[in-house]
Amino acid sequence: MFRNTYDSDNVVFSPQGRLHQVEYASEAVKQGSAVVGLRSKTHSILLALKRSLGELAAYQQKMYRIDDHVGIAIAGLTSDARVLSNFMRQQAMGSRMQFNRPIPVNRLVSSIADKAQVNTQEYGRRPYGVGFLVIGQDKNGPHLYEFSPSGNSYEYFAMSIGARSQSAKTYLEKNYESFADCNLEDLIRHGLHALRETLQQDKELTVSNTTIGIVGPAGAHERDVPPAGGFRILEGEPIQVYLSTMQPKRVHDEPAEAAETGAADQPEEGAAPGAEAVDEDVQMGE
Amino acid sequence: MPDGSFERPQQRQFNPYSENGGTILAIAGADFSVIAGDTRQSEGYSIQTRYAPKVFRLTERAVLAVNGFAADGNMFVKKVKQRLEWYRHAHAKDMPLRAIARLIQTMLYAQRFFPYYVYNILGGIEEDGTGAVYSFDPVGSYEREACRAAGAAQSLVQPFLDNQIYFKNQTPAPGTNHPTHLPLPDVLSIVIDSFTSATERHIEVGDGLEIYVVLAKGRSTQELASIGGLQELTTRAEGDRMFVVRRDLKKD
Amino acid sequence: MDHFPTNWGRPRDELYDQYNTFPLHQRPANHTETFSGGVQRTQQPIVTGTSVLAIQYKDGIMMAADNLASYGSLARFKDITRLHAVGDSTVIGASGDMSDFQYIQRVLDDIITDEFTAGDGNSLGPAEIHEFLARRMYARRSKMNPLWNALLVGGIQNGKRFLAFVDLLGTTYTAPSLATGYGAHIALPILREAVDPNPDAITEDAAREILRNCMRVLFYRDARSLDKYQIATVTEAGVSISDTQKLDTNWDFADKIRGYGAQTQ
Repeated sequence: MFRNTYDSDNVVFSPQGRLHQVEYASEAVKQGSAVVGLRSKTHSILLALKRSLGELAAYQQKMYRIDDHVGIAIAGLTSDARVLSNFMRQQAMGSRMQFNRPIPVNRLVSSIADKAQVNTQEYGRRPYGVGFLVIGQDKNGPHLYEFSPSGNSYEYFAMSIGARSQSAKTYLEKNYESFADCNLEDLIRHGLHALRETLQQDKELTVSNTTIGIVGPAGAHERDVPPAGGFRILEGEPIQVYLSTMQPKRVHDEPAEAAETGAADQPEEGAAPGAEAVDEDVQMGE
Repeated sequence: MPDGSFERPQQRQFNPYSENGGTILAIAGADFSVIAGDTRQSEGYSIQTRYAPKVFRLTERAVLAVNGFAADGNMFVKKVKQRLEWYRHAHAKDMPLRAIARLIQTMLYAQRFFPYYVYNILGGIEEDGTGAVYSFDPVGSYEREACRAAGAAQSLVQPFLDNQIYFKNQTPAPGTNHPTHLPLPDVLSIVIDSFTSATERHIEVGDGLEIYVVLAKGRSTQELASIGGLQELTTRAEGDRMFVVRRDLKKD
Repeated sequence: MDHFPTNWGRPRDELYDQYNTFPLHQRPANHTETFSGGVQRTQQPIVTGTSVLAIQYKDGIMMAADNLASYGSLARFKDITRLHAVGDSTVIGASGDMSDFQYIQRVLDDIITDEFTAGDGNSLGPAEIHEFLARRMYARRSKMNPLWNALLVGGIQNGKRFLAFVDLLGTTYTAPSLATGYGAHIALPILREAVDPNPDAITEDAAREILRNCMRVLFYRDARSLDKYQIATVTEAGVSISDTQKLDTNWDFADKIRGYGAQTQ
């Protein structure tokens, strides 16, 4: 089971200069179902694929509201995510208590990145087994960040983490230049297209397995959004309107008429060869 | 004494409290609630400001009025709001009114031996759609009532409410009964009259008046149409509706 | 609040030391209790500053305070600055204990440095500074160890003027014109009459003149004041604190006063 002799704790580098425990933690993120985040000039959005442990089980929660202006989507260990999201909520409330201001999003992300870093350096600890995509808005507009167990955090135009996220990333890389000027509806459609890429064969996005998180002004299909356009989570029936705007999936190098036969029975577009070679150890619960 | 000595032992230590005047008031109707407060903040004979709100929106259907020591009041409201935010995180909905009332009692009693020097009145709509008012003392004793006044002019306003809301010392005409709940326009008139009268007779009351009106879901807003200075605060369609009425009071 | 910082935060006692003339060392200090616990808390201010005045006007806010720090009734330090810039859109002015004020200056400078060091383009404006001060002052009063000051915080944030008060109890409020201490009795009525109806109608020169006038009235009437003062302005352009200015005063009336002092007849 051991990959090598340098992975039993996280305070010893391997001769290649790697911290294996930290890398294993990143594998835990890849076990979680996929999450996609995108940003335009006006909005940041998250889209997540929810898993259910079986017919009788409810779908797992993938998104958490942190404050009026911040929300996260998670991939990996849900219990670790709860600890970290709780910490983020405390930070956000602390800023409101002490300065009466919404915490700047980058500082919130840095604060959990700093926490995660400690777990990559101190003996007797284990890294968090969860990754986040964080969206939020502040005076500089909407933001999208990735947080990972290694203690790194980066800002993105668009990003995806979790199982088969490479396929979503491929879609995003192909299309991200158009995101900046998208309206909310188009941005969500791009997000759904990207998220669809992470599905297993013969699965599709439905109102029960998809979650959408938004910051930014109200879209055409939204009601009761406060003028500030704070973070909100869409689930269930309200996302049907977005699902029905999706284009049928096109597969490269296939005749055009094949694309028109409908999305459901299309073979899934493969990830870049080799990039997601570990896919077989991803046990989809569904 | 002239030589600088003292006749009696003196004790002069830091007093962490002050009293900032003003008055608050709330009245519950059958399917609405009205919560009001003046906006003057004073200390002794000095008016500190003519606009310091004492009435705060907590949720879509709950409003809290605080009166007494302003620093304690503002801090208390801030802490209640943060507790409600944690409730929203945990349950993805607003805390119901009767739960907020119990929360406030717990938070006040937690400071039993260094109390928030604040009289609280909580108003809003219960889960069953009825209008409600809860009143508290500074250490958390509370009860649900139809109306309550608190603060500097409590002793002027409460007897008036007893008479006008509870019909104390009034005898109904033979064969009739007093109504259990007054209609909204009557309540608003009583609130406004209470504050104009308190302004006349109490130096710590005046400058401005803020009246929050919470209407149960589906209730007509017809009766508010003629009220001047009305502003709607509702954020969700198809829920309870909240309004605030801002008026001037005499500034002398 | 009255005009003697020594009396702030204490039960009102009209009979005891009414004119704040008792020497400081004769004041009762509750030392037995404080020392037995091994901690010493501020029970009274020692070196104090008197009123601070501030108004909103067309381009921002303007604040004034004299340069005196008193030791009881002794005019002890006559070149003290009681106005302090915090970041580049806020100014605070302090009355009350000057050592507590200097501590506050240090704390504020620290958080401004931290904010700058974060290097993410965010900064603390007057509203945040005021909230922070209010939380600190309230926390200290709740520990029965207050910072013995009444502070005014003014500035500009997102193109809007901000002016607010906070004192040793954590009491806060905002208004178009504010004053602490004796100024709240003597100068504030003058300021309110000039400013409150329409701050937007007041030019910078007019604002300066209004404050100068009030500082002169205070110097005539407040025995803990000085005829040297500074004015701070905060506009979109930033904070500026003037050099010390001297009040021109006229004491011709003084020798006609009868009834006490040298002229008892």
